[in-house]
Amino acid sequence: MTITTPRRTKEREDLAGRVPPSSIRGRGWLPTIIMIAFFVYFMIPLAWLVIASTKNNADLFSTFGFWFSHHFNLFTNIHAVFAYSNGVFLRWMLNSLIYALVSAAGASFLATAAGYGFAKYQFPAKGLLLGVVLGAIAVPTTALAIPTYLLFSKIGIVNTPWAIILPSLINPIGVFLMSVYARDAIPDSLIESGRLDGASDIGIFLRIGLRMLVPGLITVFLFSLVSTWNNYFLPLVMLNNPKLYPITVGLAQLNATANNGGGSQALFSVVVTGSLLSIIPLIAAFLLLQRFWQSGLSAGAVK
Amino acid sequence: MAILARRGRPENKHAAAGYMFVAPFMIVFAAMFIAPLAYAAYLSLYSSRLVGGTVFVGLQNYTQALQDRQFLSGLERIALFFLIQVPIMIVLATFFALVLDSGRLRAPRVFRIAFFVPYAVPAVVAALMWGYLYGAKFGPFVQIAHDLGTAPPQFLTSGHLLPSVANIVTWEFAGYNMIILYAALLTIPPDLYEAASIDGAGPIKTALRIKLPLLRPALGVILLFSVIGAFQLFNEPQVLQPAAGSVITPAWTPNLYAYNLAFTDQRLNYAAAVSFLLGFIILIATYLVLILGRLRRRST
Repeated sequence: MTITTPRRTKEREDLAGRVPPSSIRGRGWLPTIIMIAFFVYFMIPLAWLVIASTKNNADLFSTFGFWFSHHFNLFTNIHAVFAYSNGVFLRWMLNSLIYALVSAAGASFLATAAGYGFAKYQFPAKGLLLGVVLGAIAVPTTALAIPTYLLFSKIGIVNTPWAIILPSLINPIGVFLMSVYARDAIPDSLIESGRLDGASDIGIFLRIGLRMLVPGLITVFLFSLVSTWNNYFLPLVMLNNPKLYPITVGLAQLNATANNGGGSQALFSVVVTGSLLSIIPLIAAFLLLQRFWQSGLSAGAVK
Repeated sequence: MAILARRGRPENKHAAAGYMFVAPFMIVFAAMFIAPLAYAAYLSLYSSRLVGGTVFVGLQNYTQALQDRQFLSGLERIALFFLIQVPIMIVLATFFALVLDSGRLRAPRVFRIAFFVPYAVPAVVAALMWGYLYGAKFGPFVQIAHDLGTAPPQFLTSGHLLPSVANIVTWEFAGYNMIILYAALLTIPPDLYEAASIDGAGPIKTALRIKLPLLRPALGVILLFSVIGAFQLFNEPQVLQPAAGSVITPAWTPNLYAYNLAFTDQRLNYAAAVSFLLGFIILIATYLVLILGRLRRRST
């Protein structure tokens, strides 16, 4: 149960470069070919999406999907996406951003404090509480969504941002990760010496603990961010005001409208281009923050 | 907290601080996890009738659900989905991780990131993209078949829908699982490999005899999350529905069924019972996986 960062990564990659060519030619080619085939598999939908975003609606139907048409329509499409229904697309993106940021900030704060408490303090019923939280990992969020909807409609907060944010604040896996992280990252002696200096428990947490927990905190933040940004079922259940939709629900409804046809055929290029625009922020975040999510995942893997 | 106040001994000062740190999470947890479940459990014991309003019916909604053809066929479909999709995905993820770790792949970083990227794509967008790729409207595979003069592939007909959805889910999560396994491989001490190579084991033998057994805990974690993921399948079929039409019935998966019960049929009490039952079934499936894993570990 230790947190380990992938410390051998560097060696391995250097090693890959230093392997004598003969041995790569010898047996190494078959896995490489299979990996290239799967590279194509994983990239095909995304490549298609990029290509399709450059086509106008007529070319989408009349030209070959995996290649560009004669008209380069990307910028017209982007304009159409932002102009659609008085700019509701931008609103959806902002909604997603707000829901995801607020939820992730709250969830990672709650998980960090709780993880620290579970790791560094002894108190009655601690085992019971931790057991209940860990048991909650096995309860699927979508099985919880309808019960939550029923409760929220009783107390009258469906169709508000709170209906999305409040349920997203609990991240039991985050609590587990942070408790493992806190146990390994913060020596007890540091807390003891803080106490001898007369610091309060909160003071020790804020001034000593929190700083050492930052890498774990960022991991929990990132994964909470993704799960809220990608969430579909909860907002679908909770919201019926299009102005409150996050991007996932907005795009799905737009797609349903496009498929139902009825003179709205021009919508397909809006759906396709909107989909492309909607995935750029998260992919960019993952590429920029690689260091954090990779070490965070390794923490989960070795538990 | 009451216990503390009663004892009030000095060493419990720290215990109070412990509660203080876990309290914010536990309060939100009680409100957003325990309370909805309790409320749904309560609702599931009632039924609203045309005559007589809402009446207490005990476990009748549950006995009804357990005999409900639609619910049961959805469960069956999900079980089949789990048996097809999860092994394929786990085998692929394991293969990718072992190849990445073998040091015999050029540009491993490129592969690692490219395989992981689908995880950052929302399920809705993944289903939208694959829906268009599968589709007869402007799907490139249908176009290719048309140009070759062969029969167009029918991805979204009743016989092929399950594998088509399985493909989308595999596309989304194989790379994510690969990263988990790869991270676990990186924690294996290098001297194990040295010993193996002194014994004359090649890379394939090392992968199968040394790495694979050590991956078992990480494989267990993946399997656990795959059980939970498969049994709550909703997003992909729901998003594909406009394109696939009547093939995706309102009860195609149990979760889809609960959703349609609550929002199309307005049968909230019954929907609560179905959600609750589904959650319970997932919980049992999860514990079965855990227990099986523990038994196997003990037997070897």
